Amino acid sequence: MIASARTLSPDARQPVPSPVGGPYPMGLMALLTTVGMLFAAFTAALLVRRTGGDWTPVRLPRVVVFSTTCIVLSSIAVEVARAWLRRGMLADSVNWLAGSGLLGMLFLGGQVVAWRHLALRGVFLPSSPHAAFFYMLSATHAAHIVGGLGAIAWTLNRLRRGAYSPERHAGFTHAAVFWHFVGAVWLYLLILLIAF
Amino acid sequence: MTTSPAPQAPRFPAPGHAAPAHAPAEVHAHHGPQSFWTRYVFSTDHKTIAKQYLFTAAFMSIFAVGWSMLIRLQLAYPHNTWPILSSLFPGLYQDGVLLPERYLSLTTMHGTVMVFFVISLALVSGFGNFIIPLQVGAHDMAYPFLNALSYWTIVPACLLMMVSFFVPDGAASAGWTAYPPLSALAEAGSGLGQTIWLLAMAPFIASFTMGGLNFVATILNMRTRGMSLMRMPLTIWTLFYASVLGILTFPALTAAAIMLLLDRLGGTSFFLPAGLIVSGQVLPHQGGTPLLFQHLFWFLGHPEVYVLALPAIGIAFDVLAAFGRRPSFGYRNTVWSILAVSALGMIAWGHHMFTSGMNPYLGEYFSIVTVLITLPFSVIAINLVASLWRAEIRLHTPMLFALGLIAAIGVGGLGGLWLGTATSDMYLQDSYFVVGHFHFMIGVVTGFGIFAGTYYWFPKMFGRMMNETLGRVHFWLTTLGTFAAFMGMHFLGMGGYLRRIYDPTTYRYAQHQPLNVFISYALLLAALGQVLFAVNLFWSLFRGKRAGANPWDATTLEWTTESPAGHNNWETLPTVSRGPYEYRTDNAPAGFHPQGEVEAAG
Ligand code: HEM
Ligand SMILES: [Cu+2]
Repeated sequence: MIASARTLSPDARQPVPSPVGGPYPMGLMALLTTVGMLFAAFTAALLVRRTGGDWTPVRLPRVVVFSTTCIVLSSIAVEVARAWLRRGMLADSVNWLAGSGLLGMLFLGGQVVAWRHLALRGVFLPSSPHAAFFYMLSATHAAHIVGGLGAIAWTLNRLRRGAYSPERHAGFTHAAVFWHFVGAVWLYLLILLIAF
Repeated sequence: MTTSPAPQAPRFPAPGHAAPAHAPAEVHAHHGPQSFWTRYVFSTDHKTIAKQYLFTAAFMSIFAVGWSMLIRLQLAYPHNTWPILSSLFPGLYQDGVLLPERYLSLTTMHGTVMVFFVISLALVSGFGNFIIPLQVGAHDMAYPFLNALSYWTIVPACLLMMVSFFVPDGAASAGWTAYPPLSALAEAGSGLGQTIWLLAMAPFIASFTMGGLNFVATILNMRTRGMSLMRMPLTIWTLFYASVLGILTFPALTAAAIMLLLDRLGGTSFFLPAGLIVSGQVLPHQGGTPLLFQHLFWFLGHPEVYVLALPAIGIAFDVLAAFGRRPSFGYRNTVWSILAVSALGMIAWGHHMFTSGMNPYLGEYFSIVTVLITLPFSVIAINLVASLWRAEIRLHTPMLFALGLIAAIGVGGLGGLWLGTATSDMYLQDSYFVVGHFHFMIGVVTGFGIFAGTYYWFPKMFGRMMNETLGRVHFWLTTLGTFAAFMGMHFLGMGGYLRRIYDPTTYRYAQHQPLNVFISYALLLAALGQVLFAVNLFWSLFRGKRAGANPWDATTLEWTTESPAGHNNWETLPTVSRGPYEYRTDNAPAGFHPQGEVEAAG
């Protein structure tokens, strides 16, 4: 569906490494750190709040199985897209990346359905502390997924315009790393919410 | 030795800028931004953004200082009426009397705006943006677009904070620390203003985080050839640790603010315990704990004071070296001590909670860590003082402020010892001793850092010198006023006088009232001193003596480019071959060795 005949040009917009600066994308690392600290703070809050005496776990809606599957598949799709790019197969790369974005949107849809299901069961934000954490954590996480989808859209656009080459595609890699990270955060949150 | 360094392309050319297919070497061929809008308003040049931050902070400080004057007026003359103030501020005064609830709004907003919208903006975002690329030898920040975005995110935050004074029930009044239950319960008197306060903190945190990412990436990835870590000026080191601390700890405030907002608006009970009774009504909340909020808040709150103090100290190190004409004393020790202070500072937050009812053993732990911090902190302070040893002091205004900063660290740090020791803090907690302590630290130290930086880098920013005479008078008025006032506050606190009291004469033993009056006049003096600063600023902008590239004979890289520094800072980046402070070393022709040299353009 997308022009595949486009030739790959060197990624002229890649940040040029400074003469002594390391190759590590420190800005990205710092971003992951600060997002990680946010969910660490929420975790600490959950562990404290759990001892409050009124902690009754809420059964999570089954649709989270669907959304979790989507986000895992989406991460895999990003890696497949990167693999195609490394082989110089632009059209396949574009398709897989678009697919991963689609899966990410399905994940978001799944989360909305999960909120709807809980609400239909009469479980709202103030119903119980566990429910409050579920709503709050999944919504905060969803905001980061939206950011990740933005990064994927941006990358997809540049990929289609031929901005990445098999050798130079750091921007693509950074978006992928962020996407895997927010995916992993979801798995972590799910375990946290099921375990307690 | 001036081997030509590989020129750097600006990292991400502005969006809409067609990706050029030519080699990066050509990309930076200069095209200064053209239109007025891209040049002065939506600029991505770090120097313009820095000035935007600095002027925003200056603008906000007018309000924050103004509010503090109203607070001091109330504390000095609690029973007078001021009809004129009623007509000027009808929301705050009624029949010439300050409303007690609005007194609390004034202290809350003074603290919030000073900490987050004046000092953070000026010292970290403002000077950080200006000086990082210039001192590490880069054309711009790592992510110029993100940089502009972070400035434009701060603007709505400022506007929201200001607007909250005009909503029904007035601005937030739960203190800059926003402790629940008060901050969580509209029934208890925290109205729309508190909600707006929380909503304004969100863009602030987002903006500050974006700035921090940029600083870290620029300092680690964008240094010019030869600028090894251990050759970075101390301003850069302190800004680096300040950014790292912000990245690590601001998320805790984000989480706390989200939960507080949900407690306020969503009916949850994260921080609200069972059995709260407000106006005879039992509230439905249960199971939460306000202590959780305090832990999350101070997990940010304590490192935040270092976010503010460290860059001021870094500026002082730069200034002391340049105006003492000698290398900064114990550079390596300073670098490691800053790391130690930052690391320990992240695990010491509980010293703000000694009387909160937390486990006393936990309190003892926090006490020990807090007192441990004073070790590396003393190393830093001693290195500041020792940087004067055998110095050939040139007593210009920046130097005066750097010297004043050392004195303030001494007084503030000494007070910190009594506060950090749980047993003595039990008595001093929430008293004016604490208010005096932190005003020395985040009032005087950071303020003097800002002033030293302004007088020092003004020529690099605007190509003109500031007026020395006005600067000196400004220094002495500020120093006399603030030191007298904040030392006086220590005595008030030792006398048992608590903070956040609307009418100090409610104490039956009101011996402290004369001291309160004295403090108010001292602060009025200091505030008037700032008028001189403003006059000096605007006068020098247009009339100041023209400055050459290196008016102070200083060594660091920013002085190797013209004043004011042009677009992209240098045609070709300088190459660094020495440490940052090589003053009065052997065989230096001009008495100092610049840290780097720029190859002649062309
Ligand atoms: C020698 C190092 C220091 C020690 C041992 C120390 C200790 C303390 C302690 C124990 C408190 C809590 C007092 C109480 O509420 O009862 C406190 C409050 C405070 N300190 Fe420090 N401090 C030190 C340095 C600093 C620095 C460098 C800054 C900032 C630049 C600072 C800013 C503050 C602030 C803002 C508060 C009050 C916050 C509030 O309650 O509103 N301190 N300090
Ligand atoms: Cu503290």
